[in-house]
Amino acid sequence: MSFEPRIVAFLCNWCSYTGADLAGTSRIQYQPNVRVIRVMCSGRVDPAFVLQALATGADGVLVCGCHPGDCHYSEGNYKAMRRFPLLERILAAYGVPKERVRLEWVSASEGQRFADLVNDMTDRLRALGPSPIKSGLRTDAVERY
Amino acid sequence: MAENKKLQVALYWGAACGGCDVAVLDTNEFILDIARAADIRLWPIAVDGKYKDVEAMADGELDLCLFNGAVRNSENEEIAKLLRRKSKVMVAFGSCAYMGGIPGLANLTTREAIVDRAYFHNPSIQPGNHTMPQSETQVGAETLHLPRFYKRVYKLSDVVDVDYFVPGCPPAPAQVKGVVRAVIATADGGSLPPKGTVVGASDRALCDDCSRAKAEKKIARFYRPFQVVQDPKRCLLEQGIVCMGPVTRSGCGVRCPDSNMGCRGCYGPLPGVHDHGARFLSALASVIDSKDRTEIDAILDGIPDFIGTAYRFGVPASLLQRSVRS
Amino acid sequence: MTRRIVIDPITRLEGHGKVEIFLDAGGAVEDCYFQIPELRGFERFVVGRPIEELPRIVTRICGVCPASHHMASAKAVDGCFGGEVAPVAHKLRDMYYHAHYIHSHIAHFYALAAPDFIMGPDADPAVRNILGVVAKVGLEIGGQVIRARALAQDIQQRIGGRSTHPVWCLPGGVSKGLTQPELEEIKPMVKELAGFTQFSLQLFRDIVLGNKGYVDLILNGPYSLDVHNMGLVDADNAPNFYDGMVRVVDFEGKEICKYKPTEYAEYVAEHVEPWSYLKFPYLKKRGWKGFVEGIDSSIYCATPLARLNVADRMATPGAEEAYQEMYTTLGRKPCKALLANHWARLVEMVQNAEMMERYCADPEITSDQFRVIPRGITGEGIGIVEAMRGTLTHHYTCDDKGICTSANLIVGTTNNNAPIQMVTKKVARTLIQPGKDPDQGILNMVEMAFRAFDPCYSCATHSLPGQMPLIVRIHKGGEVCREFRRNVDRVRPDGASR
Repeated sequence: MSFEPRIVAFLCNWCSYTGADLAGTSRIQYQPNVRVIRVMCSGRVDPAFVLQALATGADGVLVCGCHPGDCHYSEGNYKAMRRFPLLERILAAYGVPKERVRLEWVSASEGQRFADLVNDMTDRLRALGPSPIKSGLRTDAVERY
Repeated sequence: MAENKKLQVALYWGAACGGCDVAVLDTNEFILDIARAADIRLWPIAVDGKYKDVEAMADGELDLCLFNGAVRNSENEEIAKLLRRKSKVMVAFGSCAYMGGIPGLANLTTREAIVDRAYFHNPSIQPGNHTMPQSETQVGAETLHLPRFYKRVYKLSDVVDVDYFVPGCPPAPAQVKGVVRAVIATADGGSLPPKGTVVGASDRALCDDCSRAKAEKKIARFYRPFQVVQDPKRCLLEQGIVCMGPVTRSGCGVRCPDSNMGCRGCYGPLPGVHDHGARFLSALASVIDSKDRTEIDAILDGIPDFIGTAYRFGVPASLLQRSVRS
Repeated sequence: MTRRIVIDPITRLEGHGKVEIFLDAGGAVEDCYFQIPELRGFERFVVGRPIEELPRIVTRICGVCPASHHMASAKAVDGCFGGEVAPVAHKLRDMYYHAHYIHSHIAHFYALAAPDFIMGPDADPAVRNILGVVAKVGLEIGGQVIRARALAQDIQQRIGGRSTHPVWCLPGGVSKGLTQPELEEIKPMVKELAGFTQFSLQLFRDIVLGNKGYVDLILNGPYSLDVHNMGLVDADNAPNFYDGMVRVVDFEGKEICKYKPTEYAEYVAEHVEPWSYLKFPYLKKRGWKGFVEGIDSSIYCATPLARLNVADRMATPGAEEAYQEMYTTLGRKPCKALLANHWARLVEMVQNAEMMERYCADPEITSDQFRVIPRGITGEGIGIVEAMRGTLTHHYTCDDKGICTSANLIVGTTNNNAPIQMVTKKVARTLIQPGKDPDQGILNMVEMAFRAFDPCYSCATHSLPGQMPLIVRIHKGGEVCREFRRNVDRVRPDGASR
């Protein structure tokens, strides 16, 4: 049985969730590896959510928001934009490859873009292999030595 | 506890530096109050109790154990478990026991890299050395043992059930007094807070107790502490000098900002926060004055080691706990 | 059949350790091992950190002598930035450091060492500690001791912002200076401390020198080694705890070498044994010869007594008087009687207090020019200070962005690992007699051997081991006299620990 990556996706209600919905209603085929969590804005995504997803077994985390300038709440996606580089630095220090966490802008009309994004991320993660993060967090005796 | 019976107390250190024990001594004459109220059955820095004395105790014979230091090797874990069995109340005392502490920075590298540096590739190792310490060494018919070295550092609550947490590197002596007084008061009917409480620290951020003037924070550039002379009256973060005050519990006395140096978070996160470094990440992101990705990156280059700053005392307590690089 | 005695953990010191004593069939001590079971890995995990952060990370090597690491680290970091430091910063650092010495020497003498002398080496362990001492000497004296150490900690906080784990030193200086009002508050505290250092010497005269048994133990007991001495000295060969040249003198008083901090790696190397995590420094040019005493030994001590042994004089008059009294009484300089370390510590405190008095009278000390902004990054620095427990070396390199690329530390107590191993064995052999089970008092007297060194094993242990196959051969006189083989075929997945 080959490895199927599990991706947690935080999609903002106004643009990217709607864009993902459009992919569905347009009958665009894409790989089913994404588990979607709808948030009102990409600025709602606390970096701890991303870390928690990785810690509990996600192989990848995708955060999608409106394009800069188009945020329904004006500035929410800029918050995400400012957080992300710091999150990248933390993940690099933890040895987590860049492919595992992505921030992308997807508008309500970009159903195809969403599908392409998910396919691309899934392929890259399949090549990378399962994330070693969760299994290494076991605090039972096996992991000590 | 029976009336007139002294409290039975142990103070012990895992992978520690001794600073938490010095913090207890820094309560000065209060140590005499402790002596009046308690028998200290184990405190290797100051008292001659040995492991066999602890092994001989009944389970629960100790009323209180203050355990400082992280769990780095098998001995640290074994004694933590021994003391847990023998103690009614187990306290993770100090940043190392609470969050992993400075030794937790080892979780960003590997055990192999550390071995190599210590015993093989460094400027002063004996030329041609091929020896490294072993958990077992045969000498004649006998075997000498050393504790097994773990692949990573754990905080105390990863290996035993902990009742209370006292943050700080080290905990401020005034806070130490408060904690010990609360335990002594249980002999007269006083009650302890709910299990799992962080004690000896404020529930508010350092900024609330910091005397510097605070205005609006809009940071266009970060400075490393040697690059600029700080204004001693103004908020450090506003001057572009990294300070974790906004996301760190107060209770330490604001000692570092009062030395003109930024807070590095030794008192740990505020209530409800699961990952201290991630919280600092959000706080910094809120005050960066830019909407352009390239410019944002350039501003953040002013903090060259974000993980070593935001997680200075708490890598083992973070959500990811350690690097997966092998 | 061998019998085995374990002292675990050793107590009244800083850090972890255990002593394993093996008896032969007749009950005499066949062998004795002083094992250090702890390590953390500072030399590796500071790599990748901004170099100016190291002084506030490495203090966590030790909470009893954090300022030693802070100062050595600060000097190494200064070096990484080209070495320019505001002159008054050196004075402030030295002033702070003297207060730090006093805090640590008081803690050691009264809390860790004195119980053996005031309660007696074989007293009930339940009272053989600082609390027993206070109960015995009374609250007035006990209160004075507590107050004196509190003053020393308070002075550090006033000068540098924090006592335990200072965050004060920056490349080019320090982050805060001393104002005139702060100085006025410190002056009477320093004066009181100066009085206390004389009080401590008098206490030592009364309790230790006034007790024939103790004097005999010091001068004629087994706590003695024919090994060499290391310490930092100034241009007059007086002890300087913050800066100077490293001087090594043999136990007959002849200088072996004197070198600049930048040359340390030519003179000191570290040997490894499989039964301890802590390395064993030795004089590199002589090569590792094993745990042997003698004029050709490559083993040396770095302790208060060693510092006084390598010095020709003290730096201040009151300390000089105390130093002369000590050597006259001991009858020999260099002194090899290791218990005299407890006395040497008190002599050093006199110099610490007198130096602080000097700084209090120095008009420059309140200057606001306590920092210079570094001009550039040169990439390497070596800082050596005398930690209270021995010569402390921090050696760093960094890249052109000032990020640490390597760190090498030789720590105070590490210098003494071999002498401690040797004297513990010697004392165990002398005190544990065949046919008589050693009681806790005898075992405590074995522990008194290391206690004289005021060891700090949190300091000493900053490296990490693993589980690799190993063959160790011990050579003596050109022949292999012992060989240890461990897991040469494969690593066992679950080695026992205790």
